[in-house]
Amino acid sequence: MRHEEGPLTGSPAAVVRIVGVDKQFVTDRRAVTTALSGIDLEIGRGEFVSLIGPSGCGKSTLLRLIGDLTSPTSGSIEVNGKPAHNARLGREYGMVFQAPVLFDWRSVEENVRLPLELLGMSRSEREARAHEMLALVELGDFAGHHPYQLSGGMQQRVAIARALALQPAILLMDEPFGALDEMTRERMNSEVLRIWQQTGTTIVFVTHSIPEAVFLSTRVVVMSARPGRITRLVDVPLPHPRNEETREDPRYFRVVTEVREALRAGGGLGGEPQMASEERVAAEGGIG
Amino acid sequence: MPRSPERGWPRRVGIFLAFGLLVLVAWEGVKVIGGDPWRGEGWTWEPPLEIWFASDLLLPHVWDVFGALAAPVQRGSDESLAQFLVGAALYTWREAAIGFVAGAVIGIGLAAAFVHSGLLERAFVPYVIASQTIPIVALAPMIAFAVDDPLVAVVIIATFLTFFPVTISMIRGLRSPDPRALELMRSFAASRRSIFWKLRMPASLPYLFTALKVAATASIVGAIVGEGPGQIRDGLGRAIINFNNQYISGPEKLWATIIACALLGIIFFGLIRLAELVALRDRGAVPDAA
Repeated sequence: MRHEEGPLTGSPAAVVRIVGVDKQFVTDRRAVTTALSGIDLEIGRGEFVSLIGPSGCGKSTLLRLIGDLTSPTSGSIEVNGKPAHNARLGREYGMVFQAPVLFDWRSVEENVRLPLELLGMSRSEREARAHEMLALVELGDFAGHHPYQLSGGMQQRVAIARALALQPAILLMDEPFGALDEMTRERMNSEVLRIWQQTGTTIVFVTHSIPEAVFLSTRVVVMSARPGRITRLVDVPLPHPRNEETREDPRYFRVVTEVREALRAGGGLGGEPQMASEERVAAEGGIG
Repeated sequence: MPRSPERGWPRRVGIFLAFGLLVLVAWEGVKVIGGDPWRGEGWTWEPPLEIWFASDLLLPHVWDVFGALAAPVQRGSDESLAQFLVGAALYTWREAAIGFVAGAVIGIGLAAAFVHSGLLERAFVPYVIASQTIPIVALAPMIAFAVDDPLVAVVIIATFLTFFPVTISMIRGLRSPDPRALELMRSFAASRRSIFWKLRMPASLPYLFTALKVAATASIVGAIVGEGPGQIRDGLGRAIINFNNQYISGPEKLWATIIACALLGIIFFGLIRLAELVALRDRGAVPDAA
């Protein structure tokens, strides 16, 4: 069922190394839900990896595990060669959520400065870095604006600038463009690719959009639900820089189809009832 | 786009004044229909009905109330009632303001403690709520007895009435940040202290101002009530007691004092509202006054 399984060979360039991770939630006093089961994944430096799967497959949970916003029930997660917890305390993450989560009492620039203040960076350095980041997301002219004065896409760009302000080893994005309209979303996709190439940051990107995952990623991680597991790793051999023409490239369609089929095989698109019962047995086995 | 707080304020003030005028017209209208006889120079008007509360004793003429403000506060005194009331209001306001600030600080402190400790919250919040069921008229004499300085007693009472709304609102306000905002702070490895000062406190400001507006008027009521048992002579509380005793001979003075109390409350409320508009001006949606 799993096409590529077992721990991948360790490479020194790995930014994220996940070995044998299970995640269970206690939903009630007795009931235990297995969100993730037997996750092994390695992400190399400078990769752009998308996690895709049906709702409930635990893709956001996996992202939160990498970011040490929740801890695994078993298994280990290393980021930059150290436990995820230490990496978080070492401020090696940038985090972007579906909502921009900007602080409305701060101006755009002050929002970008927030992580720098937490780091204790000097005022002049903070200002220089904030300007640099706003220039990166092409919002230099909006430094003094307040969040409510910006469109949804612009707010999300501020959130990206804020996430990148600490120049993190890894940028974690949880359906960052899910709330945007299609046009803005495609523009933001090109924007995030440009930023990725310019900064060389490793990006882990959660999405439920197949075209988005393929367009952005160097690799797509296909997941299935109940319990969440990785069913397939799909390489995206499309050249960079990617642009509007990429979306019309036959190779692009081939990869989109491959991801779609992988999702279907994993029960992600409609799914087969037989698969569901198999998964349930596996889940129950996992709990015991 | 957010509503601009500046837009439409002349209209608001107009409506406020028009309604006030309407009340005055209704006031005098009741007296025309059912009050005591009106006597002018060479004419009298006998109202057709007799409405018990429309007598000159219970509902003095509006112009008599204003007239009393211009008249000396006591026979032979140089000071007009208006001057006296402004002085008394400032005196009471000072007591209320000290209590207000103390109550706000205590309220914010308690809320911060409760938000960080579920144990403290479960242990103390019921008592905080119970404290407010004690009638202030029962508490005021006890505090006046217990504290030597009557001024301190009044401030304590004003504090007592202020801290409660601030505590309750701030518990909500400090908990108001989006869970993702807290996760964002965690992802930056922010300390509890940073999360408090850079996220929880600023996020709670709209809640704080709502509570402060309630507390502003409550603190003035507390100060007025507290002046009675403490034998404080210079504030509005004493003025109410005195003019109450003189009600039969001059009801206008008590009415004028009540208006002074109301104005003081409105002005204090307005100051907090103004501070709110300034403090929250950058947030897009400015909350309504109440």
